[in-house]
Amino acid sequence: MTDALTQPPRVGAGAGATTGGSVASVREPDAVSGAVSSVPVPTDVVFELRDLAVYYGDVAAVEGVDLDVPARRITALIGPSGCGKSTLLRCLNRMNDLVDGARVTGRLAYYGLDLYDPRVDPVEVRRRIGMVFQKPNPFPKSIYDNIAFGPRVNGVRRNLDDIVEKALTDAALWDEVKDKLRSSAFALSGGQQQRLCIARCLAVEPDVILMDEPCSALDPIATSRIEDLMVELRERYTIVIVTHNMQQAARVSDYTAFITTDVRDGGSRVGHLVEFDATEKLFTNPSDPRTEGYITGRFG
Amino acid sequence: MSTIDVTVPVAGSPAAGIVRTKHRLGERLVILSLAASAGLSIAVTVGIVASLVQPSVSFFREVRLGEFLLGTTWAPLFTPPSFGVVPIVVGSLLITGIATLVAVPLGLGAAVYLSEYADQRVRKVVKPALELLEGIPTVVYGYFAVSFVGPYVQRWWPLGDTPGVFSALAAGLVMGIMIIPTMGSLSEDALRAVPIDLRRGGYALGARRYEVATRVTVPAALSGIVAAFVLSVSRAIGETMIVFIAAGNTPNLTFNPGEAVQTMTAFIAQAGTGDLPQGSIGYKTIFAVGSLLFVMTFVMNMLSNRVVARYREVYD
Repeated sequence: MTDALTQPPRVGAGAGATTGGSVASVREPDAVSGAVSSVPVPTDVVFELRDLAVYYGDVAAVEGVDLDVPARRITALIGPSGCGKSTLLRCLNRMNDLVDGARVTGRLAYYGLDLYDPRVDPVEVRRRIGMVFQKPNPFPKSIYDNIAFGPRVNGVRRNLDDIVEKALTDAALWDEVKDKLRSSAFALSGGQQQRLCIARCLAVEPDVILMDEPCSALDPIATSRIEDLMVELRERYTIVIVTHNMQQAARVSDYTAFITTDVRDGGSRVGHLVEFDATEKLFTNPSDPRTEGYITGRFG
Repeated sequence: MSTIDVTVPVAGSPAAGIVRTKHRLGERLVILSLAASAGLSIAVTVGIVASLVQPSVSFFREVRLGEFLLGTTWAPLFTPPSFGVVPIVVGSLLITGIATLVAVPLGLGAAVYLSEYADQRVRKVVKPALELLEGIPTVVYGYFAVSFVGPYVQRWWPLGDTPGVFSALAAGLVMGIMIIPTMGSLSEDALRAVPIDLRRGGYALGARRYEVATRVTVPAALSGIVAAFVLSVSRAIGETMIVFIAAGNTPNLTFNPGEAVQTMTAFIAQAGTGDLPQGSIGYKTIFAVGSLLFVMTFVMNMLSNRVVARYREVYD
């Protein structure tokens, strides 16, 4: 542990034998974009968070977040367990509405529109801002019906076959499942199920995809395929990903937000944003000592 | 390998005391008594079925199976007797059908409301209240049917002759109310067992609440819901007191719910409470009807297991 203090940041060193391979594959010249080394250029702001706080009942989970999420980039939220990064993510498509007692204060604008305005229909929000979950959660239906679910509930009746094929193709799953579209989604491996969930999300043609630790239940090979897929999708979608895995954040994201918890006077723990910057900058030259401590493995 | 006498661990060794020195008699007794409880309940069931067989076989020595199953006049205790069971089978099915029409939509509706819409506080009050209906004695339901529902059936009957106070409809409606808790409570358990992640998956695709309920949760819980349905129907077919009191006890071959009918169970109750000499044909009739009732519920259970195995959506 003390060695880590004196070493260069682990991420730069590509620590971890199992994940090392996929680092290399993302950096291959023929990889789609070379997310790690490209210098992000300023773009449209999709989400604008100002003094955002989320409470469960009277307890604050995360407070005082100011953040601009850029369009068609991958933004990673990293931080120790329980820091509120998943909570923050779930605000962005109003999934927190489904949690009893959850409450959001501050401003959360989506292309300038306040997402928590009482006139906003959360269902319409979620059509535009899709979500992929930690554990693959395909419906207990056929592969086809999983993909067609979103279009169907949104009133699409025609060309479902084409929509399904396109979504599966975009999620790099078509070749593996084209001959068994009618079999149960549960016949797929964990990694395939997660790509199915991504395809399901793509089928409703969202603008933003939120990913809540999408690889934490997957093995390294499946993880690397999802990461490759994310880098491809970045061309067309804005992606916000929560991850425990700092190497993953370093490999795929353009921007990274580091969130951590403070212990308040009463002993309660509240998450807040420490630093938000281009991923390369945050991992090689963080401006806050707490960020440096976290990414070098001193805590968390 | 060196041989060490493991039964004598060195004193003070961490291994001291791990060797069993006496048999734990208590544990064996516990296992034995638990196995005996399980065995007894199976034995009783087998015994009941076996006790149906002998008098039934004896019945069918005197009455042909075809006459019993296809005959349309049920008068086994009259002279001359007639053993056509169809009227009371139809009576049972008619009343069960009415009860199912009441209980399935209301029970399932209540279940979907409680699991998908109601917040914690509401559910904490409503679900026990619903289950309380299950504790009402069926004899109370029976007189509720006669004294309250029957007159309304008479008053609001839309077609033709006004029914009497005793009718299949009054009995069926009240029986439906009786099985709502079975249908509702078990369906709700099945719906609640659907992982929350599946619902989240639906919401994240822009589904509305009723779409999540009807297209994600209910299909995923279908096997449990069908099980609830089967149990409800079994309770309805087997229910005796309500139909005994409220359906009129008239073995009348009709599909008109406004008429008085007799069910198989009500016949058994009626004949069983009379003074039939043991070994008489009337006595044996009770067992024959009981056997038929048993076969019907058994077949229904098997069929529904088939249906569930075919259509259920497996998660996890």
